[in-house]
Amino acid sequence: MLEEFTWAFIVGHINYWLFIVLMMTGLYIVVARSNLVKKLVGLNIFQVSVFMLYISMGKITGGTAPIFPIDMKVDPDVIYSNPLPHVLILTAIVVGIATTSLALALIVRIREEYNTIDEAGIFEVESAIARAENNIHGEAMGGRA
Amino acid sequence: MTSEVTQTAVTLADHLPVLQILVPFVAGPLTVLIGSRALAWPIAFAASAIATVIAFLLLMQVIDGSVISYHLGGWAPPLGIEYRVDAANAFVLLLVSGISTVVLAYARASVAAEIPKKQHTLFYTAYLLCLTGMLGVAVTGDAFNVFVFLEISSLATYVLIAQGSYRDKRALTAAFDYLIMGTIGATFFVIGIGLLYMATGTLNMADIAERIADQGSNRTVRTAFAFIIVGVGLKVAIYPLHLWLPNAYTFAPSAVTSFLAATATKVAIYVLLRFIFTVFQPGFAFEINTLVVIIIPFAILAMFAASFIAIFQTDLKRMLAYSSIAQIGYILLGIGLLTETGVTAAVAHLFNHGITKATLFMGVGAYVYRVNGSFYDRLEGMGRQMPWTSAAVVIGGLSLIGIPGTAGFVSKWMLVQAALELGWWPIALLIVASSLLAVVYVWRVIEVLYLKPPAADAVHVTDVPLSMLVPLWVMAFASIYFGFDTNLTLGASSVAANGLLGGSVLAAQ
Amino acid sequence: METGTAILLSMLIPFLAVISNIILRDKPNLRDGTTLAAAVATFLVVLKILANEGNGTSETLVLFQVMPGLDLAFNVEPLGLMFAILASGLWILTHLYGIGYMRENNEEHHARFFACFAFAIASVMGIAFSANMFTLFLFYEALTISTYPLVAHKGTPEAIKGARTYMGILMGTSIGLQLVAIVWTFSLTGTLDFTKGGILEGHIAGPMVAVLLGLYAFGIGKAALMPFHRWLPAAMVAPTPVSALLHAVAVVKAGVFTMLKVGIYIFGIDFLSETGASEWLMWLAAFSIVAASVVALTKDNLKARLAYSTISQLSYITLGMALASSMGALGGGMHIATHALGKITLFMCAGSIYVATHKTEVSQMSGLGRKMPITFIAFLIGALSIIGLPPFAGSWSKWLLIVGAADTTQWVMIGVLMVSSLLNIAYLLPVVAKGFFLGDRSDTSQMQEAGPLVWAPPAVTAAGCVILFFYAGALLEFLAPIVAN
Repeated sequence: MLEEFTWAFIVGHINYWLFIVLMMTGLYIVVARSNLVKKLVGLNIFQVSVFMLYISMGKITGGTAPIFPIDMKVDPDVIYSNPLPHVLILTAIVVGIATTSLALALIVRIREEYNTIDEAGIFEVESAIARAENNIHGEAMGGRA
Repeated sequence: MTSEVTQTAVTLADHLPVLQILVPFVAGPLTVLIGSRALAWPIAFAASAIATVIAFLLLMQVIDGSVISYHLGGWAPPLGIEYRVDAANAFVLLLVSGISTVVLAYARASVAAEIPKKQHTLFYTAYLLCLTGMLGVAVTGDAFNVFVFLEISSLATYVLIAQGSYRDKRALTAAFDYLIMGTIGATFFVIGIGLLYMATGTLNMADIAERIADQGSNRTVRTAFAFIIVGVGLKVAIYPLHLWLPNAYTFAPSAVTSFLAATATKVAIYVLLRFIFTVFQPGFAFEINTLVVIIIPFAILAMFAASFIAIFQTDLKRMLAYSSIAQIGYILLGIGLLTETGVTAAVAHLFNHGITKATLFMGVGAYVYRVNGSFYDRLEGMGRQMPWTSAAVVIGGLSLIGIPGTAGFVSKWMLVQAALELGWWPIALLIVASSLLAVVYVWRVIEVLYLKPPAADAVHVTDVPLSMLVPLWVMAFASIYFGFDTNLTLGASSVAANGLLGGSVLAAQ
Repeated sequence: METGTAILLSMLIPFLAVISNIILRDKPNLRDGTTLAAAVATFLVVLKILANEGNGTSETLVLFQVMPGLDLAFNVEPLGLMFAILASGLWILTHLYGIGYMRENNEEHHARFFACFAFAIASVMGIAFSANMFTLFLFYEALTISTYPLVAHKGTPEAIKGARTYMGILMGTSIGLQLVAIVWTFSLTGTLDFTKGGILEGHIAGPMVAVLLGLYAFGIGKAALMPFHRWLPAAMVAPTPVSALLHAVAVVKAGVFTMLKVGIYIFGIDFLSETGASEWLMWLAAFSIVAASVVALTKDNLKARLAYSTISQLSYITLGMALASSMGALGGGMHIATHALGKITLFMCAGSIYVATHKTEVSQMSGLGRKMPITFIAFLIGALSIIGLPPFAGSWSKWLLIVGAADTTQWVMIGVLMVSSLLNIAYLLPVVAKGFFLGDRSDTSQMQEAGPLVWAPPAVTAAGCVILFFYAGALLEFLAPIVAN
């Protein structure tokens, strides 16, 4: 299997490498960074990687932009790139925007309630609440999740 | 065996599949545009009720095994988006819309108590969008469309959960965590769809199924399968991916939890079923290994670990959340058995657990309404002070355990039968053993409600208003009714299982 | 009245009594009177069924189909009819006793008590008339749930703890073992109908038969087969009318009744004897008989002593089924009736003693017999019936069991039954002896019998022990069809 990894193979699949690097970067940021806004940035990078995947899959070698010529006569010999992935990605971008704005709104509210947007700070506040509840109502198993 | 009903959509009845989502979809912005708080709830309730009627009509059309194929906008598939209704998703549509209507009836008083007035219009709008999303996921036959509707419902869900912040600010972080995890899940799902598109060149689920069957399995398809299972698995709350659920269910407003617990994960399970059986088909060797080796152990782990944690909770709502994770384990076990009885049991339990959990969470909401808390020490002696609510909670609890005469028993019986048919008696014993754990945590609730005297400083309360009691008892009654009359549930489930396992999609074309 | 209607009425009337108890909760005389009327009505309805069917088997009345292949169905057959007559008749007596006990003892929550009682009886009727294992299981679980509030009635920490043990063991065995057995049977044979000669022949063979039997035997927790017997002594925290009901009529008899139905109509006596699958059960039942009697010897608390005696006596019936012979099965069936009469007498006497004197320990009961002669004589009669001496009913069922053991050349079992009688003497007669013959204690001078509602019912059942002795032949003839070919 390793013999597949010729230089041509690697360069030829550069869009996939890009996608993997961005996806992993995004996921890493979501997990590793404790600031909520940074997590959100990571999530966005993760989503962007998916956009890259889709857009790049639409490109056909030697293909041109899939737009009707002015006389509306499509030449059967011309190769067009696939427009469908672009359409899908527009939808996904919109979903991404909605998610990001909702997340930012939540972060603003969290800031109002918790006075911090750092995960560690939030965890401290919530642990204190949970401890207080445990004192009143008895010990519960499981904690936060 | 299955006949296809291709719509050259002429009459209103022909347009039912799209009306299913259009009604709540239009009602949502309408609520905001009208802007009147007094009209918000009636519009939402009307939309939900109409959706329920439509779902019932659709189910009646497909319960004999036929499939409705509706071309959105008149564009023919596989290039156009197709709405494809068979017994499996019609059943899910009925569950979602039915629960939504009953919970909305209940929500009027409950939401008024838990959320400030100026948010009500927006709350009902978000609710309607959530409903639209879930109905859309269930009714569509196009893979990317599933993603879009899934995200519509998820975004609305995050908003709805965050509404609990007026009572407990941890709802905000719960919603945020769910947002992060849910978005990762949905993005994994869309990566999987992308890989499938690359491999097959189409987004129509029936068409993908055909093309996969033609080309056999290759690395792309296998990777797509993995991404899709994990992505949807996050929404389903399969055991290691369940971390968002307890907090989300505990801190959301009671009506929201009642609605979500009964529908959100069920719709995600439907997506799982659709992709495993219809798109990828069980003949797929890689799939069988995944299902048997990965899903069954995780399902059993969920059944035991989550039940065990539920026993040691001090908050009734959180206990029910962990119980939900365990019950989802049962459904996944049924799927993992890969036989017709197993999938029938899974689909039946999807429905039965939905109505059981709706009963229980509405009961908890009633307690929150009166005593402003759901911790066990607040609920001591409530059996006498709120007899109707507590009786409904007992019925829900018995259905959760699986006592004969309740809906929960029917699906549990089918599950044990499925395991014994395969000769896997250790699995059968594990199923009943985890039911015994359920006995422990349900009995704890019964002891608290009936056998403990009220706290010395407790204020005397009466039962909740009728507008909350009636929906609660409708659901409680349903839990008993579907334990005796299983024509609808088992009938639809077995037709669904037959269709899913038999690859009816291919047979029809 | 047709049999079918009568069967449904026999369940409906007690259920209506549940509702009447809740509605009339604040009018004690009207409430208790209505329930008494319901009890009498139920008994009359069951007698009508007896008049209709005699000891034949009726047609199956299918109410509706719950799941494909599983119906809610009822029919009448001799064993079930005997059980139903026993339960409905004894309900009348227990209800009167309960009224007296609850009022004289100043217990609380009467309405809840009598409501749950009625629900339990409705479940028992369902069990008695069930035509398949599914229907039986449904009412079996309903019985467990309806008797839980009765066990936890007093609300004290001990009561709650006892009720938890009760619930835990009964639910654990029924869901964990019996349900598996039932589903397994269904998946093997495609049916759960009680059929003469059993339904399993040809579908299962070899050691699996013993395994399935084991799942049923241990799964029927209400039969108190060791090691799942702990719920019985734990349930003693309940008020005595509950113990009288649970341990003579409803719960335990439902357990051994189920055991007999499974042995006779699911496995089939011939199938069991062919495969020898029940031999291990026979030995376990024998062990249970002796071990429980020995433990009873060590208990000073009268109710605890009677509880362990019950465990031992129930194992007689299990032994009867496990002997896999016709006489054994008939002996077991008859023992349901004779033990019921004897044990309910003993428990009601224990309750009567408690109401009159608040004494619970045997060692405290010296000289009470002279102050409460009716109670102690009734106790003596009940004890002699349990021990198995003529002219009391218990002697007949014991005799049949011995014949059954001889039929199958199980001589050790005969020895076990004899030893058990000796042990019964050892732990039952001292109570009477202490009561009548031991010293006069100073603190008994003020004591006397409790009210008539409390001492009369045990006197009636004690008389029943004597009367049944003379009609045992008729009872044997009545039950004969269950093992006839």
